[in-house]
Amino acid sequence: MKAGRREFLKLGVAAAASTALLPVPTFAQGAAPRVVVVGGGFAGASCARAIRQADPRVAVTLIEANTTFTACPFSNAVIGGLRELSAQQFTYERVAADGIAVARATATAVDALARSVTLADGTRLPYDRLVLAPGIDIRWDALPGYDEAAAAHIPHAWRAGEQTLLLRRQLEAMADGGLVVISAPANPFRCPPGPYERASLIAHYLKTKKPRSKLIVLDAKDTFSKQRLFQAAWAELYPGLLEWVPLSKGGNVTSVDAATVTLVTDFGRHKAAVANVIPPQKAGRIAESAGVADRSGWCPIDPVTFESKLQAHIHVIGDAAIAGAMPKSAFAANSQAKTCAAAVARLLTGGAPSAPKLINTCYSLVAPDYGISVAGVYAPASGQLAEVPGSGGVSPTDAPRATRAAEAVLAEAWFRTIAAEVFG
Amino acid sequence: MGRALAVAIGVASIAAAVVASAEPPAGAAACSGCHPASTRVTSPVPRLAGLDRAMIVRAMQDFRSGQRASTVMDRIAKGFTDAEIQAIAAWYATQR
Repeated sequence: MKAGRREFLKLGVAAAASTALLPVPTFAQGAAPRVVVVGGGFAGASCARAIRQADPRVAVTLIEANTTFTACPFSNAVIGGLRELSAQQFTYERVAADGIAVARATATAVDALARSVTLADGTRLPYDRLVLAPGIDIRWDALPGYDEAAAAHIPHAWRAGEQTLLLRRQLEAMADGGLVVISAPANPFRCPPGPYERASLIAHYLKTKKPRSKLIVLDAKDTFSKQRLFQAAWAELYPGLLEWVPLSKGGNVTSVDAATVTLVTDFGRHKAAVANVIPPQKAGRIAESAGVADRSGWCPIDPVTFESKLQAHIHVIGDAAIAGAMPKSAFAANSQAKTCAAAVARLLTGGAPSAPKLINTCYSLVAPDYGISVAGVYAPASGQLAEVPGSGGVSPTDAPRATRAAEAVLAEAWFRTIAAEVFG
Repeated sequence: MGRALAVAIGVASIAAAVVASAEPPAGAAACSGCHPASTRVTSPVPRLAGLDRAMIVRAMQDFRSGQRASTVMDRIAKGFTDAEIQAIAAWYATQR
Protein backbone atom coordinates (compact mmCIF):
# COMPACT_ATOMS: atom_id res chain seq x y z
CA MET A 1 0.00 0.00 0.00
CA LYS A 2 1.57 3.23 -1.21
CA ALA A 3 -0.11 5.72 1.12
CA GLY A 4 0.50 3.41 4.08
CA ARG A 5 2.94 5.56 6.00
CA ARG A 6 0.95 8.72 5.55
CA GLU A 7 -2.30 7.04 6.62
CA PHE A 8 -0.51 5.57 9.58
CA LEU A 9 0.68 9.00 10.69
CA LYS A 10 -2.83 10.42 10.36
CA LEU A 11 -4.25 7.59 12.41
CA GLY A 12 -1.53 8.18 14.97
CA VAL A 13 -2.67 11.76 15.35
CA ALA A 14 -6.26 10.59 15.49
CA ALA A 15 -5.43 8.11 18.23
CA ALA A 16 -3.63 10.82 20.19
CA ALA A 17 -6.61 13.12 19.78
CA SER A 18 -9.10 10.49 20.84
CA THR A 19 -7.17 9.51 23.98
CA ALA A 20 -7.26 13.18 24.95
CA LEU A 21 -11.00 13.48 24.38
CA LEU A 22 -12.40 10.16 25.57
CA PRO A 23 -12.44 8.31 28.89
CA VAL A 24 -9.25 6.31 29.38
CA PRO A 25 -9.67 3.06 27.46
CA THR A 26 -7.94 -0.19 28.24
CA PHE A 27 -5.58 0.26 25.29
CA ALA A 28 -4.14 3.40 26.89
CA GLN A 29 -2.82 1.21 29.72
CA GLY A 30 -0.49 -0.58 27.31
CA ALA A 31 -1.27 -4.29 27.05
CA ALA A 32 -3.88 -5.75 24.73
CA PRO A 33 -7.26 -5.93 26.47
CA ARG A 34 -8.31 -9.35 27.70
CA VAL A 35 -11.75 -10.81 27.27
CA VAL A 36 -12.67 -14.15 28.81
CA VAL A 37 -15.76 -15.94 27.52
CA VAL A 38 -17.19 -18.79 29.61
CA GLY A 39 -19.25 -21.34 27.68
CA GLY A 40 -18.80 -22.49 24.09
CA GLY A 41 -22.39 -22.81 22.90
CA PHE A 42 -24.27 -20.71 20.36
CA ALA A 43 -23.89 -17.63 22.58
CA GLY A 44 -20.30 -17.99 23.82
CA ALA A 45 -18.61 -19.27 20.67
CA SER A 46 -20.42 -16.64 18.57
CA CYS A 47 -19.36 -13.88 20.94
CA ALA A 48 -15.72 -14.94 21.13
CA ARG A 49 -15.46 -14.94 17.33
CA ALA A 50 -17.39 -11.68 16.91
CA ILE A 51 -15.10 -9.88 19.37
CA ARG A 52 -12.03 -11.02 17.42
CA GLN A 53 -13.70 -9.91 14.22
CA ALA A 54 -14.63 -6.52 15.65
CA ASP A 55 -11.15 -5.91 17.02
CA PRO A 56 -8.31 -8.38 16.33
CA ARG A 57 -6.15 -6.68 18.98
CA VAL A 58 -8.30 -8.11 21.78
CA ALA A 59 -6.94 -11.27 23.44
CA VAL A 60 -9.92 -13.62 23.71
CA THR A 61 -9.99 -16.80 25.80
CA LEU A 62 -12.93 -19.20 25.49
CA ILE A 63 -13.40 -21.54 28.46
CA GLU A 64 -15.36 -24.67 27.62
CA ALA A 65 -15.36 -28.01 29.43
CA ASN A 66 -16.13 -30.16 26.38
CA THR A 67 -14.06 -30.72 23.26
CA THR A 68 -17.24 -31.36 21.27
CA PHE A 69 -20.34 -29.21 21.32
CA THR A 70 -23.67 -31.01 20.96
CA ALA A 71 -26.40 -28.70 19.68
CA CYS A 72 -29.93 -28.79 21.11
CA PRO A 73 -31.78 -27.42 18.05
CA PHE A 74 -32.79 -30.43 15.92
CA SER A 75 -31.98 -32.83 18.77
CA ASN A 76 -35.71 -33.61 18.90
CA ALA A 77 -35.27 -35.07 15.41
CA VAL A 78 -32.56 -37.34 16.87
CA ILE A 79 -35.01 -38.50 19.55
CA GLY A 80 -37.62 -39.16 16.85
CA GLY A 81 -35.15 -41.30 14.86
CA LEU A 82 -34.95 -38.83 11.96
CA ARG A 83 -31.34 -37.75 12.45
CA GLU A 84 -28.10 -38.96 14.02
CA LEU A 85 -26.50 -37.25 17.00
CA SER A 86 -23.27 -36.79 15.03
CA ALA A 87 -25.13 -34.23 12.87
CA GLN A 88 -25.52 -32.18 16.06
CA GLN A 89 -21.85 -32.19 17.01
CA PHE A 90 -19.17 -29.61 16.35
CA THR A 91 -15.60 -28.99 17.46
CA TYR A 92 -13.74 -25.79 18.31
CA GLU A 93 -10.99 -26.09 15.67
CA ARG A 94 -12.29 -23.21 13.55
CA VAL A 95 -12.90 -21.09 16.64
CA ALA A 96 -9.29 -21.60 17.71
CA ALA A 97 -8.14 -20.83 14.14
CA ASP A 98 -9.56 -17.32 14.60
CA GLY A 99 -6.83 -16.71 17.17
CA ILE A 100 -9.01 -17.47 20.19
CA ALA A 101 -7.37 -19.34 23.07
CA VAL A 102 -9.76 -22.24 23.65
CA ALA A 103 -9.23 -23.59 27.17
CA ARG A 104 -10.72 -27.01 27.82
CA ALA A 105 -11.61 -26.35 31.44
CA THR A 106 -14.42 -25.67 33.86
CA ALA A 107 -14.75 -22.19 35.30
CA THR A 108 -15.48 -22.65 39.00
CA ALA A 109 -15.45 -19.11 40.39
CA VAL A 110 -15.42 -15.47 39.40
CA ASP A 111 -13.90 -12.67 41.47
CA ALA A 112 -15.79 -9.65 40.17
CA LEU A 113 -13.69 -7.18 42.17
CA ALA A 114 -10.29 -8.57 41.18
CA ARG A 115 -11.69 -9.30 37.68
CA SER A 116 -10.50 -12.87 37.41
CA VAL A 117 -11.97 -16.26 36.60
CA THR A 118 -10.77 -19.34 38.49
CA LEU A 119 -10.62 -22.68 36.70
CA ALA A 120 -11.10 -26.11 38.28
CA ASP A 121 -7.32 -26.63 38.42
CA GLY A 122 -6.85 -23.38 40.34
CA THR A 123 -5.61 -21.29 37.40
CA ARG A 124 -6.75 -17.67 37.59
CA LEU A 125 -7.44 -15.82 34.36
CA PRO A 126 -7.58 -12.02 34.63
CA TYR A 127 -9.99 -10.15 32.38
CA ASP A 128 -10.92 -6.63 31.40
CA ARG A 129 -14.36 -7.83 30.31
CA LEU A 130 -15.94 -11.19 31.11
CA VAL A 131 -18.72 -12.72 29.00
CA LEU A 132 -20.72 -15.47 30.68
CA ALA A 133 -22.63 -17.76 28.33
CA PRO A 134 -23.19 -20.75 30.62
CA GLY A 135 -26.56 -21.84 29.22
CA ILE A 136 -28.83 -23.63 31.66
CA ASP A 137 -28.55 -25.82 34.70
CA ILE A 138 -31.30 -28.16 35.85
CA ARG A 139 -32.91 -27.24 39.19
CA TRP A 140 -32.39 -30.62 40.77
CA ASP A 141 -34.13 -29.45 43.95
CA ALA A 142 -37.31 -28.18 42.30
CA LEU A 143 -39.26 -31.34 41.50
CA PRO A 144 -39.46 -33.96 44.28
CA GLY A 145 -38.11 -37.31 43.09
CA TYR A 146 -36.34 -35.86 40.06
CA ASP A 147 -32.62 -35.68 40.82
CA GLU A 148 -29.54 -36.63 38.82
CA ALA A 149 -29.97 -40.32 39.66
CA ALA A 150 -33.59 -40.20 38.46
CA ALA A 151 -32.47 -38.59 35.19
CA ALA A 152 -30.53 -41.77 34.40
CA HIS A 153 -33.90 -43.57 34.23
CA ILE A 154 -36.18 -40.74 33.14
CA PRO A 155 -34.14 -38.53 30.81
CA HIS A 156 -34.63 -34.80 30.61
CA ALA A 157 -32.73 -34.61 27.30
CA TRP A 158 -32.72 -30.82 27.69
CA ARG A 159 -28.97 -30.62 27.29
CA ALA A 160 -28.19 -32.57 24.15
CA GLY A 161 -25.87 -35.56 24.17
CA GLU A 162 -26.11 -38.86 26.04
CA GLN A 163 -29.51 -37.84 27.47
CA THR A 164 -30.84 -37.39 23.91
CA LEU A 165 -29.69 -40.90 22.98
CA LEU A 166 -31.09 -42.38 26.19
CA LEU A 167 -34.59 -41.11 25.41
CA ARG A 168 -34.33 -42.36 21.83
CA ARG A 169 -33.19 -45.82 22.95
CA GLN A 170 -36.05 -46.04 25.44
CA LEU A 171 -38.56 -45.20 22.71
CA GLU A 172 -36.98 -47.76 20.38
CA ALA A 173 -37.11 -50.43 23.10
CA MET A 174 -40.73 -49.72 24.01
CA ALA A 175 -43.38 -52.21 22.88
CA ASP A 176 -46.15 -51.02 20.55
CA GLY A 177 -49.08 -49.84 22.64
CA GLY A 178 -46.94 -48.20 25.33
CA LEU A 179 -47.68 -44.91 27.02
CA VAL A 180 -45.15 -42.09 26.64
CA VAL A 181 -45.45 -39.14 29.03
CA ILE A 182 -43.65 -35.80 28.70
CA SER A 183 -43.75 -33.15 31.40
CA ALA A 184 -43.22 -29.53 30.36
CA PRO A 185 -42.12 -26.87 32.86
CA ALA A 186 -43.47 -23.45 33.78
CA ASN A 187 -41.85 -20.37 32.16
CA PRO A 188 -39.10 -19.38 31.72
CA PHE A 189 -37.07 -22.24 30.30
CA ARG A 190 -34.74 -23.01 27.39
CA CYS A 191 -36.47 -23.22 24.00
CA PRO A 192 -40.15 -22.36 24.65
CA PRO A 193 -41.54 -24.38 21.69
CA GLY A 194 -39.10 -27.27 22.34
CA PRO A 195 -41.34 -29.54 24.43
CA TYR A 196 -44.08 -29.34 21.80
CA GLU A 197 -41.74 -30.00 18.89
CA ARG A 198 -40.45 -32.98 20.86
CA ALA A 199 -43.99 -34.22 21.48
CA SER A 200 -44.69 -33.83 17.75
CA LEU A 201 -41.64 -35.78 16.59
CA ILE A 202 -42.17 -38.53 19.18
CA ALA A 203 -45.80 -38.72 17.99
CA HIS A 204 -44.48 -39.01 14.43
CA TYR A 205 -42.21 -41.88 15.49
CA LEU A 206 -45.05 -43.65 17.28
CA LYS A 207 -47.48 -43.16 14.39
CA THR A 208 -44.92 -44.59 11.98
CA LYS A 209 -43.42 -47.39 14.07
CA LYS A 210 -45.71 -48.10 17.04
CA PRO A 211 -49.19 -46.91 16.06
CA ARG A 212 -51.08 -48.41 19.03
CA SER A 213 -49.06 -46.27 21.46
CA LYS A 214 -50.14 -43.04 23.10
CA LEU A 215 -48.39 -39.80 24.11
CA ILE A 216 -49.49 -37.49 26.91
CA VAL A 217 -47.95 -34.05 27.52
CA LEU A 218 -48.41 -32.90 31.13
CA ASP A 219 -47.93 -29.14 31.18
CA ALA A 220 -47.30 -26.75 34.07
CA LYS A 221 -48.78 -24.00 31.86
CA ASP A 222 -52.12 -23.24 30.22
CA THR A 223 -50.56 -21.63 27.14
CA PHE A 224 -47.38 -22.21 25.16
CA SER A 225 -45.34 -20.99 22.19
CA LYS A 226 -46.89 -21.46 18.72
CA GLN A 227 -49.82 -23.14 20.49
CA ARG A 228 -52.52 -22.72 17.84
CA LEU A 229 -50.18 -23.96 15.12
CA PHE A 230 -49.08 -26.99 17.10
CA GLN A 231 -52.61 -27.90 18.15
CA ALA A 232 -54.00 -27.55 14.61
CA ALA A 233 -51.18 -29.72 13.29
CA TRP A 234 -51.67 -32.34 16.02
CA ALA A 235 -55.39 -32.58 15.21
CA GLU A 236 -54.48 -33.10 11.57
CA LEU A 237 -51.47 -35.41 11.94
CA TYR A 238 -51.78 -37.22 15.26
CA PRO A 239 -55.48 -37.43 16.20
CA GLY A 240 -56.09 -39.74 19.18
CA LEU A 241 -52.35 -40.28 19.62
CA LEU A 242 -51.17 -37.06 21.28
CA GLU A 243 -52.98 -35.56 24.25
CA TRP A 244 -51.97 -32.24 25.84
CA VAL A 245 -53.01 -31.71 29.46
CA PRO A 246 -52.76 -28.05 30.56
CA LEU A 247 -52.20 -26.81 34.10
CA SER A 248 -55.90 -26.12 34.60
CA LYS A 249 -56.78 -29.73 33.69
CA GLY A 250 -54.22 -31.25 36.05
CA GLY A 251 -51.07 -31.01 33.95
CA ASN A 252 -48.71 -29.78 36.66
CA VAL A 253 -46.33 -32.57 37.70
CA THR A 254 -45.68 -32.32 41.45
CA SER A 255 -43.41 -35.32 41.94
CA VAL A 256 -41.70 -38.12 40.08
CA ASP A 257 -41.21 -41.76 41.03
CA ALA A 258 -38.27 -42.90 38.95
CA ALA A 259 -38.43 -46.54 40.13
CA THR A 260 -41.93 -47.06 38.67
CA VAL A 261 -41.61 -44.39 35.91
CA THR A 262 -44.60 -42.55 37.36
CA LEU A 263 -45.35 -38.83 37.07
CA VAL A 264 -47.63 -37.55 39.83
CA THR A 265 -49.96 -34.55 39.43
CA ASP A 266 -52.54 -33.01 41.78
CA PHE A 267 -55.16 -34.89 39.77
CA GLY A 268 -53.62 -38.36 39.50
CA ARG A 269 -50.72 -40.61 38.64
CA HIS A 270 -49.39 -41.35 35.16
CA LYS A 271 -47.40 -44.58 34.95
CA ALA A 272 -45.48 -44.51 31.70
CA ALA A 273 -43.57 -46.99 29.58
CA VAL A 274 -41.24 -44.10 28.69
CA ALA A 275 -41.18 -40.76 30.45
CA ASN A 276 -39.38 -37.51 29.67
CA VAL A 277 -39.26 -34.90 32.40
CA ILE A 278 -38.31 -31.44 31.15
CA PRO A 279 -37.52 -29.99 34.56
CA PRO A 280 -37.40 -26.43 35.90
CA GLN A 281 -34.15 -24.66 35.01
CA LYS A 282 -31.87 -21.78 35.96
CA ALA A 283 -28.80 -20.06 34.57
CA GLY A 284 -25.66 -22.23 34.39
CA ARG A 285 -23.83 -22.63 37.69
CA ILE A 286 -21.05 -20.06 37.17
CA ALA A 287 -23.68 -17.28 37.05
CA GLU A 288 -24.47 -17.81 40.70
CA SER A 289 -20.80 -17.84 41.70
CA ALA A 290 -20.17 -14.64 39.74
CA GLY A 291 -23.08 -12.95 41.51
CA VAL A 292 -24.89 -12.14 38.28
CA ALA A 293 -27.99 -14.29 38.88
CA ASP A 294 -30.91 -12.78 40.80
CA ARG A 295 -33.40 -14.64 43.00
CA SER A 296 -35.14 -16.02 39.92
CA GLY A 297 -31.97 -17.95 39.08
CA TRP A 298 -31.53 -15.99 35.82
CA CYS A 299 -29.36 -12.96 35.03
CA PRO A 300 -30.66 -9.39 34.59
CA ILE A 301 -28.75 -7.46 31.91
CA ASP A 302 -28.50 -4.08 30.29
CA PRO A 303 -30.34 -4.31 26.95
CA VAL A 304 -27.70 -2.33 25.03
CA THR A 305 -24.49 -4.01 26.22
CA PHE A 306 -25.70 -7.21 27.93
CA GLU A 307 -23.60 -6.12 30.91
CA SER A 308 -24.92 -7.57 34.14
CA LYS A 309 -27.15 -5.27 36.18
CA LEU A 310 -25.56 -6.82 39.28
CA GLN A 311 -21.81 -6.84 38.49
CA ALA A 312 -19.77 -4.39 36.44
CA HIS A 313 -17.52 -5.66 33.61
CA ILE A 314 -19.42 -8.97 33.39
CA HIS A 315 -21.76 -9.55 30.44
CA VAL A 316 -24.32 -12.36 30.27
CA ILE A 317 -25.74 -13.68 26.99
CA GLY A 318 -27.84 -16.59 25.76
CA ASP A 319 -30.21 -18.76 27.77
CA ALA A 320 -28.80 -17.56 31.13
CA ALA A 321 -29.79 -13.93 30.52
CA ILE A 322 -33.11 -12.26 31.28
CA ALA A 323 -33.45 -10.75 27.82
CA GLY A 324 -36.92 -9.25 28.15
CA ALA A 325 -39.16 -10.37 25.31
CA MET A 326 -36.44 -12.44 23.62
CA PRO A 327 -36.92 -16.19 24.02
CA LYS A 328 -34.15 -18.55 25.11
CA SER A 329 -33.26 -19.85 21.64
CA ALA A 330 -30.04 -20.52 19.72
CA PHE A 331 -30.90 -17.79 17.21
CA ALA A 332 -31.47 -15.28 20.01
CA ALA A 333 -28.22 -16.38 21.67
CA ASN A 334 -26.27 -15.79 18.44
CA SER A 335 -27.94 -12.41 17.89
CA GLN A 336 -27.22 -11.37 21.48
CA ALA A 337 -23.62 -12.57 21.17
CA LYS A 338 -22.95 -10.31 18.19
CA THR A 339 -24.60 -7.33 19.92
CA CYS A 340 -22.61 -7.96 23.09
CA ALA A 341 -19.36 -8.38 21.11
CA ALA A 342 -19.83 -5.01 19.40
CA ALA A 343 -20.52 -3.36 22.78
CA VAL A 344 -17.51 -5.02 24.44
CA ALA A 345 -15.22 -3.94 21.58
CA ARG A 346 -16.49 -0.37 21.94
CA LEU A 347 -16.18 -0.33 25.72
CA LEU A 348 -12.60 -1.64 25.59
CA THR A 349 -11.56 1.31 23.44
CA GLY A 350 -13.41 3.84 25.58
CA GLY A 351 -16.25 4.26 23.10
CA ALA A 352 -19.98 4.32 23.72
CA PRO A 353 -22.01 1.32 22.52
CA SER A 354 -24.81 2.18 20.10
CA ALA A 355 -28.43 1.06 20.52
CA PRO A 356 -28.82 -2.40 18.99
CA LYS A 357 -31.59 -4.17 17.18
CA LEU A 358 -31.87 -7.92 17.57
CA ILE A 359 -33.76 -10.67 15.79
CA ASN A 360 -35.04 -14.08 16.70
CA THR A 361 -36.29 -16.68 14.25
CA CYS A 362 -37.20 -20.06 15.59
CA TYR A 363 -38.43 -23.04 13.59
CA SER A 364 -40.16 -26.12 14.94
CA LEU A 365 -40.86 -29.36 13.13
CA VAL A 366 -44.26 -30.91 13.70
CA ALA A 367 -43.37 -33.65 11.21
CA PRO A 368 -40.31 -34.09 8.95
CA ASP A 369 -42.05 -32.14 6.17
CA TYR A 370 -44.11 -29.81 8.36
CA GLY A 371 -42.37 -26.73 9.78
CA ILE A 372 -43.71 -23.71 11.66
CA SER A 373 -41.92 -20.62 12.88
CA VAL A 374 -41.95 -17.67 15.23
CA ALA A 375 -39.98 -14.51 14.53
CA GLY A 376 -39.40 -11.26 16.38
CA VAL A 377 -37.42 -8.02 16.21
CA TYR A 378 -36.24 -6.49 19.49
CA ALA A 379 -34.87 -3.18 20.68
CA PRO A 380 -34.07 -1.66 24.09
CA ALA A 381 -37.07 0.10 25.67
CA SER A 382 -37.40 1.12 29.32
CA GLY A 383 -34.34 -0.86 30.34
CA GLN A 384 -35.56 -4.09 28.73
CA LEU A 385 -35.40 -5.75 25.34
CA ALA A 386 -38.90 -5.26 23.97
CA GLU A 387 -40.47 -6.52 20.78
CA VAL A 388 -40.67 -3.77 18.15
CA PRO A 389 -44.41 -2.99 17.88
CA GLY A 390 -46.01 -4.39 14.75
CA SER A 391 -43.17 -6.81 14.03
CA GLY A 392 -42.84 -10.52 14.56
CA GLY A 393 -45.35 -13.28 15.09
CA VAL A 394 -45.92 -16.88 14.09
CA SER A 395 -46.56 -18.63 10.76
CA PRO A 396 -50.09 -18.05 9.43
CA THR A 397 -52.64 -20.50 10.85
CA ASP A 398 -54.26 -20.99 7.43
CA ALA A 399 -51.09 -21.60 5.41
CA PRO A 400 -51.20 -24.42 2.84
CA ARG A 401 -49.12 -27.59 3.30
CA ALA A 402 -46.64 -26.27 0.72
CA THR A 403 -45.76 -23.45 3.16
CA ARG A 404 -45.31 -25.95 6.00
CA ALA A 405 -43.03 -28.01 3.76
CA ALA A 406 -41.07 -24.89 2.80
CA GLU A 407 -40.62 -23.97 6.46
CA ALA A 408 -39.32 -27.48 7.21
CA VAL A 409 -36.69 -26.96 4.49
CA LEU A 410 -35.88 -23.50 5.87
CA ALA A 411 -35.53 -24.95 9.36
CA GLU A 412 -32.75 -27.29 8.21
CA ALA A 413 -31.12 -24.53 6.19
CA TRP A 414 -31.16 -22.32 9.29
CA PHE A 415 -29.37 -24.99 11.30
CA ARG A 416 -26.66 -25.45 8.66
CA THR A 417 -26.20 -21.69 8.41
CA ILE A 418 -25.95 -20.92 12.09
CA ALA A 419 -23.77 -23.94 12.80
CA ALA A 420 -21.40 -22.79 10.05
CA GLU A 421 -21.28 -19.26 11.42
CA VAL A 422 -20.65 -20.34 15.01
CA PHE A 423 -18.43 -23.41 14.56
CA GLY A 424 -17.45 -23.54 10.85
CA MET B 1 -1.59 25.11 18.07
CA GLY B 2 -5.28 25.88 17.57
CA ARG B 3 -4.98 24.95 13.91
CA ALA B 4 -3.12 21.75 14.70
CA LEU B 5 -5.79 20.69 17.16
CA ALA B 6 -8.54 21.47 14.65
CA VAL B 7 -6.74 19.30 12.07
CA ALA B 8 -6.29 16.54 14.62
CA ILE B 9 -9.98 16.62 15.54
CA GLY B 10 -10.91 16.66 11.86
CA VAL B 11 -8.77 13.60 11.21
CA ALA B 12 -10.13 11.96 14.33
CA SER B 13 -13.70 12.30 13.13
CA ILE B 14 -12.75 10.94 9.69
CA ALA B 15 -11.08 7.99 11.38
CA ALA B 16 -14.14 7.50 13.58
CA ALA B 17 -16.40 7.58 10.50
CA VAL B 18 -14.25 4.96 8.77
CA VAL B 19 -14.40 2.70 11.83
CA ALA B 20 -18.15 3.26 12.16
CA SER B 21 -18.87 2.28 8.56
CA ALA B 22 -16.95 -0.97 9.04
CA GLU B 23 -19.17 -1.85 11.97
CA PRO B 24 -22.55 -3.30 11.05
CA PRO B 25 -25.46 -0.89 11.68
CA ALA B 26 -28.23 -1.85 14.12
CA GLY B 27 -29.85 -5.12 13.14
CA ALA B 28 -27.43 -6.06 10.37
CA ALA B 29 -25.39 -8.58 12.35
CA ALA B 30 -28.51 -10.60 13.18
CA CYS B 31 -29.29 -11.38 9.51
CA SER B 32 -26.53 -13.98 9.23
CA GLY B 33 -28.48 -16.23 11.59
CA CYS B 34 -30.37 -17.28 8.43
CA HIS B 35 -28.59 -15.56 5.52
CA PRO B 36 -25.27 -17.43 5.25
CA ALA B 37 -22.15 -15.37 5.84
CA SER B 38 -20.08 -18.17 4.30
CA THR B 39 -20.14 -19.08 0.61
CA ARG B 40 -19.70 -22.72 1.60
CA VAL B 41 -23.19 -23.09 3.08
CA THR B 42 -25.98 -24.44 0.85
CA SER B 43 -29.24 -22.66 1.60
CA PRO B 44 -32.33 -21.43 -0.23
CA VAL B 45 -31.82 -18.19 1.77
CA PRO B 46 -29.53 -15.83 -0.20
CA ARG B 47 -26.19 -14.47 0.99
CA LEU B 48 -26.50 -10.71 1.52
CA ALA B 49 -22.83 -9.68 1.25
CA GLY B 50 -22.20 -7.80 -1.97
CA LEU B 51 -25.85 -7.62 -3.05
CA ASP B 52 -27.00 -4.41 -4.70
CA ARG B 53 -28.01 -1.82 -2.12
CA ALA B 54 -31.18 -0.73 -3.92
CA MET B 55 -32.23 -4.35 -4.38
CA ILE B 56 -31.98 -5.06 -0.63
CA VAL B 57 -33.94 -1.89 0.16
CA ARG B 58 -36.68 -2.78 -2.33
CA ALA B 59 -36.91 -6.36 -1.06
CA MET B 60 -37.24 -5.22 2.57
CA GLN B 61 -39.87 -2.64 1.70
CA ASP B 62 -41.85 -5.16 -0.33
CA PHE B 63 -41.64 -7.76 2.44
CA ARG B 64 -42.80 -5.13 4.91
CA SER B 65 -45.78 -4.04 2.82
CA GLY B 66 -46.72 -7.62 1.98
CA GLN B 67 -46.22 -6.94 -1.72
CA ARG B 68 -43.65 -9.69 -1.88
CA ALA B 69 -44.64 -13.11 -0.53
CA SER B 70 -42.44 -14.66 2.16
CA THR B 71 -42.44 -17.07 5.07
CA VAL B 72 -40.71 -15.06 7.83
CA MET B 73 -39.31 -11.93 6.16
CA ASP B 74 -42.67 -10.10 6.29
CA ARG B 75 -42.67 -10.47 10.08
CA ILE B 76 -39.02 -9.40 10.39
CA ALA B 77 -39.14 -6.48 7.91
CA LYS B 78 -41.96 -4.91 9.92
CA GLY B 79 -39.47 -4.37 12.74
CA PHE B 80 -37.27 -1.99 10.73
CA THR B 81 -37.64 1.68 9.72
CA ASP B 82 -36.73 3.03 6.29
CA ALA B 83 -33.57 4.58 7.72
CA GLU B 84 -32.52 1.28 9.30
CA ILE B 85 -33.20 -0.60 6.07
CA GLN B 86 -31.10 1.93 4.13
CA ALA B 87 -28.20 1.57 6.56
CA ILE B 88 -28.32 -2.23 6.57
CA ALA B 89 -28.54 -2.38 2.76
CA ALA B 90 -25.64 0.06 2.34
CA TRP B 91 -23.50 -1.98 4.74
CA TYR B 92 -24.21 -5.36 3.11
CA ALA B 93 -23.56 -3.88 -0.33
CA THR B 94 -19.98 -3.12 0.74
CA GLN B 95 -19.35 -6.55 2.31
CA ARG B 96 -17.69 -9.38 0.41
